[in-house]
Amino acid sequence: MAETKEKSLSDEKPKPRVRPIVRLGIFLISHSFHVSVVCCTAGVLALFLLPVLAKNTYISENALMPGSASPMLSNQHVSDGNRLVKDLTNPNSKSSETGIESHKIIAQYMLDLGAEVSFHKFHPQMNQFHPLHFFSSPDSGKIQENYSCSSYGINTVGIIRAPHGDGKEAIVLVTPYNALKSGFGEALSLGIAYSVFSLLTQVTWLAKDIIWLVADSQYGEYAAVAAWLREYQTPKFSSLSTPNAEMCPDVNNLFELKGHSISGSKFSNSFRRAGTMASALVLKVRDQNEQFEDTISIYAEASNGQMPNLDLINVVNYLAVHRQGLRVNVEKLWSLLNSSWLKSLGEIFESLAKVAKSLYPKWKFGIPATEYVEGTATLASSLYYQALGVPTGPHGAFRDYQVDAITLEISPKFSLDKVWRNDILLRGGRLIEGVIRSVNNLLEKFHQSFFLYLLTSPSKFVSVGVYMIAFAFLIAPLPMVAASLYVDANSSSNCSKGDSSTPSAITDTDEHSIAIRSWRWLNSAKLVFIVHLWGAIVSLLPYFISQIPDCSPTTSFMIWVLLSILSLLTLNSVLASPLACAKATQEKEWALVKSVTISSVFIGLGLMSVINFATAEIGALLMVPMCLLAQPLKLDVRAGTLRSFCRMICNLVLGHIAFPPAALFLLKGMLDGFGNANVGDFWMWVESLWAWNSATYLFIGMVQLPCWVLCISILFHTC
Amino acid sequence: MVLLQRPHILLLLIDTHQFLQCWIAFGSANEEGQQQEEFSEELLVKPLPDHKLLAHFHFQSSAPPSTSNGCHHHLFPKAISQLVQKFRVKEMELSFTQGRWNYESWGGFDPISSSNAKPPGVELWAVFDVPQHHIDASWKNLTHTLSGLFCASINFLESTATYSTPEWSFPPASGNVRYGTFPCEAVCTENLTPWLRLLPCRDKAGIALLLDRPSLYRGFYHSQRLHLTSTESSSEGIDSGIILEQTLTVVLQPNSERAIEVHASEKHVQPSWSLSSIFGKQVSGRCVLAKSSSVYLLLDWGLVAELKFPNKENGKSAANGLTSENFWSNPSFELSVNPDRIFLEESSSHSKSLSILYMFQVEKYSESEPFDIGLMWKVPVAWLCQQTPLHASRFFMGSGNERGAIAISLKSTQFTEGFMSANSKDGSCELRVDVFQVVPWYVKVYFHSLRVFVDQQPRAVSDFIEKIHVSPSKDKMSPGVMEVVLKLPCRVNTAALTIEFDKGFLRIDEYPPDANQGFDIPSAIISFPNFHASMVFLEDDSLNRSPLLSKFQEKCPVMSYTEVLLVPLTTPDFSMPYNVSTIKCTVFALYFGSLLNVLQRRVAEEERFLKAKAAKKTGRLPLLLSKLSAKLRGRRREPLHSPPSSSSFINSKLVLKVILVAGLAVGWQYFFS
Repeated sequence: MAETKEKSLSDEKPKPRVRPIVRLGIFLISHSFHVSVVCCTAGVLALFLLPVLAKNTYISENALMPGSASPMLSNQHVSDGNRLVKDLTNPNSKSSETGIESHKIIAQYMLDLGAEVSFHKFHPQMNQFHPLHFFSSPDSGKIQENYSCSSYGINTVGIIRAPHGDGKEAIVLVTPYNALKSGFGEALSLGIAYSVFSLLTQVTWLAKDIIWLVADSQYGEYAAVAAWLREYQTPKFSSLSTPNAEMCPDVNNLFELKGHSISGSKFSNSFRRAGTMASALVLKVRDQNEQFEDTISIYAEASNGQMPNLDLINVVNYLAVHRQGLRVNVEKLWSLLNSSWLKSLGEIFESLAKVAKSLYPKWKFGIPATEYVEGTATLASSLYYQALGVPTGPHGAFRDYQVDAITLEISPKFSLDKVWRNDILLRGGRLIEGVIRSVNNLLEKFHQSFFLYLLTSPSKFVSVGVYMIAFAFLIAPLPMVAASLYVDANSSSNCSKGDSSTPSAITDTDEHSIAIRSWRWLNSAKLVFIVHLWGAIVSLLPYFISQIPDCSPTTSFMIWVLLSILSLLTLNSVLASPLACAKATQEKEWALVKSVTISSVFIGLGLMSVINFATAEIGALLMVPMCLLAQPLKLDVRAGTLRSFCRMICNLVLGHIAFPPAALFLLKGMLDGFGNANVGDFWMWVESLWAWNSATYLFIGMVQLPCWVLCISILFHTC
Repeated sequence: MVLLQRPHILLLLIDTHQFLQCWIAFGSANEEGQQQEEFSEELLVKPLPDHKLLAHFHFQSSAPPSTSNGCHHHLFPKAISQLVQKFRVKEMELSFTQGRWNYESWGGFDPISSSNAKPPGVELWAVFDVPQHHIDASWKNLTHTLSGLFCASINFLESTATYSTPEWSFPPASGNVRYGTFPCEAVCTENLTPWLRLLPCRDKAGIALLLDRPSLYRGFYHSQRLHLTSTESSSEGIDSGIILEQTLTVVLQPNSERAIEVHASEKHVQPSWSLSSIFGKQVSGRCVLAKSSSVYLLLDWGLVAELKFPNKENGKSAANGLTSENFWSNPSFELSVNPDRIFLEESSSHSKSLSILYMFQVEKYSESEPFDIGLMWKVPVAWLCQQTPLHASRFFMGSGNERGAIAISLKSTQFTEGFMSANSKDGSCELRVDVFQVVPWYVKVYFHSLRVFVDQQPRAVSDFIEKIHVSPSKDKMSPGVMEVVLKLPCRVNTAALTIEFDKGFLRIDEYPPDANQGFDIPSAIISFPNFHASMVFLEDDSLNRSPLLSKFQEKCPVMSYTEVLLVPLTTPDFSMPYNVSTIKCTVFALYFGSLLNVLQRRVAEEERFLKAKAAKKTGRLPLLLSKLSAKLRGRRREPLHSPPSSSSFINSKLVLKVILVAGLAVGWQYFFS
């Protein structure tokens, strides 16, 4: 025994001592298969554990003090609000075709309260694809030459100046309103806003100015708010369009209001401003009624997965639940609520937690299975909307200017009773009053609480420190596998060479062959680069396709696919055909290609996780297994074992799922059934992505699609 | 000897000169009895168009240019006179303001608004009578003194990065001006009390009795101002006569409780008020030390035009004949007290109508019969105050933490259009606008990016800017100052100036405690030197004494302040120093740990030790460890089978035992808890 020990020690002696960290690295690389299996499982498991790990929200900023003051909104204000609702729903007010009458009514009501009123005309700007405008700050927009008098919207803006304030900051209250076909809900939301507004003209505690924006939503809620914000933040002093707009008869008609009003100085047709916006609330009332109780939905996701400060959501949630007795909702994926596998998973977690708790009473991490299912559904929708990068409401426009904003949608338990209407006005109004009062208390801007978080329920959140773990687990195996593949490819070719040639021959050609071999990966890197270049071209193509007039989504999509294939073929032929030449030289070429692909995917995912975490997370869920499993089908067929067969099946399935259009198709199918999905949907979806400057579009075009192509090319590699 | 003697002679000369002066002054004071220290208290009340009420308190004390009493005074506050003497202050103005002056509805073209509408927070400017190189030192001392005197953080204006030296655009144009503002100062009663202490009767008697703190601070605008001028600026500085003018301007809402209840139909009726209902107090006689004590009620000419006095034509005669009751028994309003005098504005630049001033003498009233005027409105009236020629507003453009732009937009207030055309000379009517803007250093303004837009057209800067003076900011040293003289055509509708800036970075210790609020950019001053706000009232000799009315007669240029802006700068994570030190400590620990490790290690010794250990019979745990390390090394020991087989057997046994015990424990816990 001792002898053998000594022998082994003497064997080791000539070798230089390897540092432990390097040893650990080598160990991980050599066991990359096990490591990657463990890591991926852990990543997916961690993702499913997130609802369990979610913490309760708390109000981080002490200055907010929500609910510490008793609400001042009285029945007097409610009846004021009711008066406005009645006037607006009055059929007489809708006689005018452009809905100017109702704007006048609103403006008159604001004036009567002593607020400063102005109208803001805007021309709806179509969102267009600007290939190089991703991530750039919102510009003041192009002036459109060809608009007609009929296509403009009017925002009515009322401003209350805080009596003691210095006017440096302002709180914005937005109510979208379509004067042409307003439902009762919109009128009701105006009523709530008006009752709050009428209260705020009288209070003495106001420190920030209040801006009430009645956004004309006939061209979309977002467009109206965005147009107003554009004018507020980046006004154009030299505008050629205004003289034309003045010529439109309706506009002049609108400004006749000035004559009617007695306190004329409060009204002006020029744009009015208050200070820096501290936060914004968008208030909506849904027409469609809720069956059980009055609920309020919070929408917070802005473009590219940006979220408002968590404190804002906390304040709304706290006031709604604990003060006004409203049920608070955040968006859920409803289809997940009934899934049985999720329920059983929840039950497993619950029973595990029970066991753990019985072992050690301080381990209290379990949540009931139903709660788990709801949490997962909320988390999934939170991830989905953040990943999409498209704002979920008009509040998204504020986020572009670093203003914290959320949309509150009240869905009342509907009845035609007048008592009910007063009740909803009172409770909604008191909620808004409380939120405004809390924000008004703020000395600093929102900064205390989280900006990076996922919601699992209105009162529970997962912070960035926790949800990063799942993602880190998912992408951790990528560099290891890449390294191990690289090492494998090098060493295997080394071995094969060693076998074929005599030992004496090695010595002189060794240096040279090593030098060549060590640079062999450049070939694969070239291929990967070409495919990524192609990805960039593909993501630019829609800009040109969208210039084609009268194109249905389906045909556009077809053109896009055709052009993409064409460009891939041309690129392939122009820049040599690396696949072919690689095949000739090395049989292990695919391993190198896979290694480089995996590294590029790692870089892409890492970058994306900084820009939009949710996109990276979903992308990683799709791409990491595909990248790791990819192996030429030929090899698997040749091997013929059960394991290789399984891998082949997995590869084929993943190869289908990870193709972006297929992924979308599946997602759509899961959400609303496969019946109404069609090919044009993808085009529309992509169109919406680039219209909102979503980074997800870039991710799909420049990371996911090339990765998919490379994986497919590996699958069909002829070795 | 001669050299030594000369100073003596000089001193003697000075001494005699002083003595003579004193003597003369004393004599003159004795002779005329006029040059006594004087104090007068006045209150002006003016209804505003938006149902509010302006109350303007005006206290003036003056010390004659004499030192008859050495450095002692009868009435004049000693603190102020000492301050003037010590720092050679020629002229100084300090204002504390809360709220904003609403230029649109409260007007900007009358003496009250153009001299009493101030930017929020503290504003201080001073003119010194000292050599150029001493000015900064004097300013610093002055700020500290005032800060102590008024319980305010005026001392922050001491640092060179906060105050500026206006060259010519600031009204008291002279090289010795220093100007500083501190917009985020919260003004409250602690600033008012020291201000009141400067009055001879404080707030114990006279008109100052009305200054009830809760009702004052409930108002919409509150500005307390202290303006002093030393009339005679002799080189010694001792003999100067000082005039101290203390004003307090408040805008209040009369009986706001009722305003809630009234409905839209009644809302146009101006609320009726009385002094006791606004301030909750009454005046019970004058301050006995005051030379004059009077209350004025001013009806704006716009309001007078609306009221349609029955005999407008012979208004002047009515003003002379005090008995004419036409002016206070008007069908549209009623005064509760008959005024002692009525003044009509003598001549106004606007021909439409003339302002009316009612005067009430407080002397007549006493404790038993307190003075209280009230105004009852009978019919709704609406009128507009006269505004500045151009309404100025300032705002930020752009978003993000990197850069932005400041825009000053000027909008014509059609109101004064006719007036302007009247002012035009030989067809080429021009409107001069002075803009004075101070920008803190962390807002790095690019002066070359100044752009001018007139009537929504981009125009060449040289076309409209007649004169410009720029002093760029120095980091942490001095703010950027921009003074511009614009010559705009009279018919201009809108004009805008934009200037771009980059946001600077501050060091972590330069951030204030509430850094996330953002940083203030002080108000810009927009003045119209061609326009003068003055009110001249028909007067007889006795009126000459009223300091308030003589103040109204002075021609002061129309001035308005823009809003204070809040620029959000990038703020670091303030827990960062903590994190950095933690990381630093970790790195150090790692570094020194490995260094020590390397230093300590003796390779030969280690090998010997390992051999000795191998010679010994190895225990179970070391075997386990060695196996694990072998595993870590990449299974290089794989061929050695015989010993591990036994050890693995032992190991698995051990593991089994451990698992069994743990399982038992878990089961025990599970079933019996």
